[in-house]
Amino acid sequence: MALIVYILGPVLRIINPVPYQCRPSATDVAHSCEGRNRENGATPTVPEYRQAQLRWSWFSGTIFELEMFEQGETRCYTRATLLTRCSDQPAVQDTLVSFDRRLIPRFVRLQNRLMINSTKQPVILGVRYFLAHTPGLVRHGSKPSRDLMANPGLLPSLTSHLRSFQDALAYPPHRAFLGAVYPDDLEHLPKPWYQVTGQDSRWSPHGEIMPEEEFYALLKIADDFDLLWLEEEFTREAAVALADHPLISDSDVKKLGAGIALSAIESQLKDSASALPLYLRDGRLVGCVNRAHQQDATLTPDVLLENLACKASAAMAFRTLLSPSLVSQNSSGPENSANCIDYVINSGEEAVGERYQRGGGNLGKAVAEMCGCVNATGADVKAFCCGPVHALVMAGALVNAGVYKKVAVVAGCSLAKLGMKYEGHLGLDQPVLEDVLAGMAILVGEDDGVSPRLKLDSVGRHSVGAGSSQQAIFRCLVSEPLERLGLRYQDVDKYATELHNPELTEPSGSGNVPLLNYRLIAGMATLEEQISKADIPDFVQRHGMPGFSPTQGHIASAVPFLGHAWDRLVAGEMQRSLFLAKGSLFLGRMTQLSDGMSFILERNN
Amino acid sequence: MDLRNKKIIALGERDGVQGSAIARCAESAGAEVVLEVTHCFV
Repeated sequence: MALIVYILGPVLRIINPVPYQCRPSATDVAHSCEGRNRENGATPTVPEYRQAQLRWSWFSGTIFELEMFEQGETRCYTRATLLTRCSDQPAVQDTLVSFDRRLIPRFVRLQNRLMINSTKQPVILGVRYFLAHTPGLVRHGSKPSRDLMANPGLLPSLTSHLRSFQDALAYPPHRAFLGAVYPDDLEHLPKPWYQVTGQDSRWSPHGEIMPEEEFYALLKIADDFDLLWLEEEFTREAAVALADHPLISDSDVKKLGAGIALSAIESQLKDSASALPLYLRDGRLVGCVNRAHQQDATLTPDVLLENLACKASAAMAFRTLLSPSLVSQNSSGPENSANCIDYVINSGEEAVGERYQRGGGNLGKAVAEMCGCVNATGADVKAFCCGPVHALVMAGALVNAGVYKKVAVVAGCSLAKLGMKYEGHLGLDQPVLEDVLAGMAILVGEDDGVSPRLKLDSVGRHSVGAGSSQQAIFRCLVSEPLERLGLRYQDVDKYATELHNPELTEPSGSGNVPLLNYRLIAGMATLEEQISKADIPDFVQRHGMPGFSPTQGHIASAVPFLGHAWDRLVAGEMQRSLFLAKGSLFLGRMTQLSDGMSFILERNN
Repeated sequence: MDLRNKKIIALGERDGVQGSAIARCAESAGAEVVLEVTHCFV
C-alpha cells in the first residue's frame, strides 16, 4: 500500500493539481475528521478501512501529504493534503480522488521506475571520532591563557592538576565518546568518573585517543608552511611512535623532517609575539608555532595553532572513517574509500583566513587533501555549535538532489575550550578534565538498504521569527517535526541534545546541561498532554542519556551520539533518534538570536 | 516583589532562561532594564 501511495503524488498533481497556497475550509476539516484523528491518533471509524500515509517535501518549505484508504473490494480513494509554511499560519487543503483498484498494477510498474530516485534517500553510512589527550596545550586554552597572562603564578597549580594519558584512557566519558561504553551505562559506574582506572587500550569501536607526543607530530604533518617547529630529539621519538600507527603513512612521517635545534626554538621564543611554545605535560619544551606574517592579526601563532589542531583532529577522525582495516561498520570497503568522496563539509568553529578575509574558511578542502580525497572538493558551514547538524542536513539534501553521491561532514577540535572550566576543578582539587581535543567525521550517501536514514522531512529549524524562549526553540526543533510526521514524543527512542559531560561543567556552577535539556523536552511533552507530570523523570531516563562529551563546542552538540545511534539502528535495537543542536549566535555580537537545528535518524527497513 | 521604579540587570543563560525573557518580565512588572545579557556556559 505504501508503494502505491508513493506513486500517487505526481499522479494526483496531474489529475487534480493542488494550489500552492490555500486556506483551510470547513470541508477540509471534515475530511480530516473522516480519516485519522490528528489530535490523538485514534483508530478511524470508517468500516473496511486501511490507511497508508506519506509525506515529503514538495517545494521549498512545503509538505505534501497523502493518505490512502481502501473501501470494499473494488474502490480505493486517497486524500491529498498540502501544508505550506509560506506564511505564519500553515495552509491546508484536502483533495479526494477515487480510483479503481484494477489500476494498482500500473502504479506498481511506475513505482519500479521511480525506485531509481528512491535510492537517493540519504543515509548515514558511517560515523567516527577522534580524541587527542593534550594536557600540555591546556595553558593555551582561552581561559587559562588569559588568566596566566594576568597571574603567571597560577602555572604550578595548573600543571600539577593535569592528568596522565593512562587516566585519560580510562576516563569513562572518553570511552563513551569513542563507542566503548553506551552512554546509559555511565549511570552504573561509580562517581566521580575521573577516579575510574584500569583501561589501557587507546582504540575503541568508534575511534582512538592519541597521546600528546603523537598529536604534536600530527600537527607538524598537517603543517604545509613550516609554521610549527619540533625539536630534533623529540622529532626522532615521535617518528618512532608514529611509525606503527595504522592511519599514518610513510609520507606523513617524512614530513616530520629532522627537527629544529632546541637553541633555535628557544631563540624564537624570546619574542612572545613571534612564537608560541609547545610543552608536554611534564613541562618539557618540544617545539613552537611561529607567526606567518608580522602584521597580520589573523596569522598569529595562537590562531595558527588552533587552526592546525582543528585540521589535524578532523583529518584523523576522517581517516578512521575511511579506513577499512579499522572500521567495523558496513560502510567500510572500497566503495567508501577516499577516492569515492565527492564533497567534504567542515562544520567546526575555527576561523581560517588572513587579514583581507578573516574566516575565509574551507578547512573542509584542506581536510579532504590530508585524507587523500583527490576527487573531492569542499566548503565550510558555520553556525556555532549547531554547525554539524546544519551540515548534515545540507549533506543529505545534496545526496537527495543527486548533486553528489557521497558527502562527508567533518569537524575538528576547539582548542580554545581546553581548560575552560579549570577554576572549578582546581577549587575542588580535581584534575583539569578539559584536556582533550575532539574531532568527528560522518559519511552521508545514497540509500544502501542498511544504513540509518537521515529523514529530510523531519528537519526542524529555529526560524528568525520563532522567538527566543526555550519553549519556542524546542517547539521548532522537537514538537513541530514530530507533529509533521505524526509521531508522539515517546516514539523517539533517544533524544540527542547538548551532551556535555556534567563532570566538566558542574564544579564551575554551569550545571548539568543535558539534564536541563531533557527536562525541557519532557516538559514540552507534558504541555502537549502526551505524558503526565509524574512521568517526567521516567521520560528523561528512558529517552535521554547522561552527558559524556568533552566541552568542545560544536562537537558536544548532539553528534556524539550518532555513532551509538548508528550501531543500534542497524542492529534493530532502536527505531529512531532525534538530534537537536543549539547555537549561541549572540556571542558573536551580530544578533541577539540563538539558533537551533534538528533531524531524525531512522532505522532502514 | 515590587519591581516598579527599580533598575534591573537581566543575566540569562542559553540553556535556561534567556536574558531577553527576563528583561521582558521585569519590564512588564514596571522595572527599567539597564543591561540585558545572555551567556552560553558551555
